[in-house]
Amino acid sequence: MISIENLSFGYSDRKILSITKMEIKEKQHLMILGKSGSGKTTLLHILGGLLNPKRGKVMIGETDLYQLSETKRDKHRGQHIGLVFQKAHLIAALSVEDNLLLAQYFSGTTQDKTRIAEVLKSLNLGEKGQSKVKSLSQGEQQRVTIARALLNRPKLLLADEPTASLDDDNAMAVITLLKEQAEMNNASLIIATHDQRVKNEFDVQLNLNEQ
Amino acid sequence: MNLFVLSWKYLKDKPLNTFLNVLLMSLGVAIILVLLILNTQLSDSLGKNKRGIDLVVGAKGSPLQLILANVYHIDFPTGNIKLDEAKNLMRNRLVKSAIPLALGDNYRGFRIVGTNHDYVNLYEATLAEGELWRYNLDCVIGAKVAKQLGLKVGDSFFGAHGISVADMDHEEASYKVVGILAPNGSVLDNLILINIESVWQVHDHAEVDSTATHDHSPVLGSAYQTGLPNGDEASEITSMLIQFRSAMGAVQLPRMINSNTNMQAASPAFETQRLFSLLGIGVNMIKSFAYIIIVIAGLSIFISLYNALKDRKYDLAIMRSLGASKTKLFIHVIFEGILITVLGGLLGFVLGHGLVELLVSYYKKSEEIGITGMVIVNNEFSVLLLSVGVGVLAALIPAFNAYRTDISKVLAQD
Repeated sequence: MISIENLSFGYSDRKILSITKMEIKEKQHLMILGKSGSGKTTLLHILGGLLNPKRGKVMIGETDLYQLSETKRDKHRGQHIGLVFQKAHLIAALSVEDNLLLAQYFSGTTQDKTRIAEVLKSLNLGEKGQSKVKSLSQGEQQRVTIARALLNRPKLLLADEPTASLDDDNAMAVITLLKEQAEMNNASLIIATHDQRVKNEFDVQLNLNEQ
Repeated sequence: MNLFVLSWKYLKDKPLNTFLNVLLMSLGVAIILVLLILNTQLSDSLGKNKRGIDLVVGAKGSPLQLILANVYHIDFPTGNIKLDEAKNLMRNRLVKSAIPLALGDNYRGFRIVGTNHDYVNLYEATLAEGELWRYNLDCVIGAKVAKQLGLKVGDSFFGAHGISVADMDHEEASYKVVGILAPNGSVLDNLILINIESVWQVHDHAEVDSTATHDHSPVLGSAYQTGLPNGDEASEITSMLIQFRSAMGAVQLPRMINSNTNMQAASPAFETQRLFSLLGIGVNMIKSFAYIIIVIAGLSIFISLYNALKDRKYDLAIMRSLGASKTKLFIHVIFEGILITVLGGLLGFVLGHGLVELLVSYYKKSEEIGITGMVIVNNEFSVLLLSVGVGVLAALIPAFNAYRTDISKVLAQD
């Protein structure tokens, strides 16, 4: 379960974001809607432990995220939170498999190539393990980032505008994939988007424009 | 996967850039190593060969030439001195011992030296085979002579006049090898040793009984163990290697010899020091040049890493999001710097030693004075340590930038 209490964040005096209370139950999916600049990404980063809120508490399961030291928070994120971004940020110097090994190495879990092969296969990338990142198509790269996010069986899957740079077909495919994979891995899924095409795919929505 | 492999894969991803930086680093290291190897071995060799010789007395001329010709056997002799004058000097109370040398001939480039057994004892040389010479025209050869010319005990050969290869042969008298010295790293390795009378004999000196030369019956040398041989007024030798009885000798003898006789005295210690201070200017200039190259290599690595990290800030942010701590990113970048400079250092190590070997194979003389690229001299490891240091320094600022990456900001930028 993920919960937020009395959260606020702002640059200097300008308050961008404030949430009094929010709870996301296990395996529950949430869509955060909002225009650019409405604080979607900020909220997602706070949930992911990437950005210190000005005030408030973020609980991931039993862990109070911002009570941890920075190094411990990094490790916690690596083990329990999977992140997917708008652009497929993969490490171009490495092969697909090495990119995934890196996720296991940095999170401190055992480096397990069988697990990598398994995740790649479930995302239809079974053949691509040894390929260089640069040789993959845009859609394939996005699927690799999803594989990377799911690799360590996270409790929470955060996706920031995962469909923004994709065409209609691919956008729907990625949303379906994220939901499917989150369910398969028993993870909560939170997607931040301003993409109207995928709006109807989620029952629970948080609209930041209305705050 | 670990940080080391990660850094290595980044370097492999930019092979040309990496190669250039490694090459630059290796050139600097190679030059320093070449100087270090040459300098160490040269001073070792020079020091070893002048051990036990306080003063060299020979014909007037350049004192440095006198030392080079008679101690190191690399330059031409300055001329000859009278046997009588040498005998007088030997009786001086300040002289503890004197070893006479008679130079002038060679056999296929190896110098034939007329002397006595004191010369062998000076360098504490031992026999590998046979015995020391006693009879005229018998010879003992150094280990390198035996090896390169394939001479064995019992073989005989004709010497040639002069001290370089292409001179005329003395066909009237041949030398017989009676002993081979064990290798001992001194000049003896490259010499052929005989009695001084043998030198006179092949030059048809009047002193030697002409019947003795023709009927080939062996004549025992008159001073094969120590001292000077018997000769007439016209007899000459090339030089004497003198050891003082006391420190007074160093004060009085050179002045006495240089002003009162037709001979010249030169101190090996002083002359080699002078030689090194002359060479030192050049060596220091090349050394500074090498250090400048290393500094440039460090700068080049710094610029490469600094620019690369601008493109890689997303990579770094992603690594953080995958669980990497700030410190890990710092080490990751430092590793990259160290990898380049250590590779450069190792390549420089190979290049440097290879270069010395190449020099040795081009200049035969360098091998004679015992220079080889196949040994590791003392300070080499500090040069490799230096290359690690350069790597750390070059990567420090980029690594600190990596450490400070604001992940949220970088990731929100797209």
